[in-house]
Amino acid sequence: MKKKEIFFGILAALFLAVMLSPFASPWPDGLEKVAEDKGFLEKGEGEPLLISPVPDYVWPKLENEKVATAVAGAAGTLITFGGGIALAALIKRRG
Amino acid sequence: MHIPDGFLTASTWVPAWVLSAGGIGYCLRKTGEILRDRMIPLMGVMAAFIFAAQMLNFPVVGGTSGHLLGGVLAAVLLGPYAGALVITVVLIVQCFVFQDGGVTALGANVFNMAIVGAMGGYFLYGFLRRGIKGTAGLIVGAGVAAWASVVVASIVCAVELALSGTSPIRIALPAMAGIHALIGIGEAIITCLVVSFVAKVRPDLIYKIAE
Repeated sequence: MKKKEIFFGILAALFLAVMLSPFASPWPDGLEKVAEDKGFLEKGEGEPLLISPVPDYVWPKLENEKVATAVAGAAGTLITFGGGIALAALIKRRG
Repeated sequence: MHIPDGFLTASTWVPAWVLSAGGIGYCLRKTGEILRDRMIPLMGVMAAFIFAAQMLNFPVVGGTSGHLLGGVLAAVLLGPYAGALVITVVLIVQCFVFQDGGVTALGANVFNMAIVGAMGGYFLYGFLRRGIKGTAGLIVGAGVAAWASVVVASIVCAVELALSGTSPIRIALPAMAGIHALIGIGEAIITCLVVSFVAKVRPDLIYKIAE
């Protein structure tokens, strides 16, 4: 992929994660709704087993929830980009 | 469809970890054999794009939303093995950074979405593409496989819930399959749109299926 195309791909992903994600539907997803309806949702609401830095895609200590979601989205997009590339590069080196 | 900790018992999530670790190990090996240079940045871009797209919940019906899974999308562009790895990267980041999906449940989530969703979905896609020639085969194959991947992944999830005693199969399966049959339509539409776009601007980025 040319640099321009990679850049465009990241930009498209960032647009989704930063500009659109704060406006995503707040309704529970399929599994969560089934859990609610069928009465087992509280099984998943115990103490988390590990401390995550950005729980539930809300960047901590930011007043505005939409901004907090956008920042979380940007961070996650860049982290997964890095993760994907790093994994592929590692496979290439060892493969 | 990210299962949180607490929904599954150890008798289910431990074997799920074992199965998905084995599956991902296999994917790592196969990807090592076939990795092309152009796949390296593409794996990064796909991981980023699928992560971002998974944040975009769309309303489906009656207070329920859906979001892209992206398994078939990743596999159409990168093949079943690298595609599954990309989904796994997304799931790992979601689990550890954003607490989306449990840690004990990560094995099951990887199994459902990367192994069943991406790898399994790819094989249906390949089967359809071999049957329908040309771009029509590409789009129809991707769309049908995308829809099916979501439904089948949700059924496997229902089985895991049943095995854990969290919800009996006669309740969990129709509930999960039913709502994901609708969510799958969104998956199919998004997958077809992105695949069509790539087919038009960079057809060489589409992973070559075995003839």
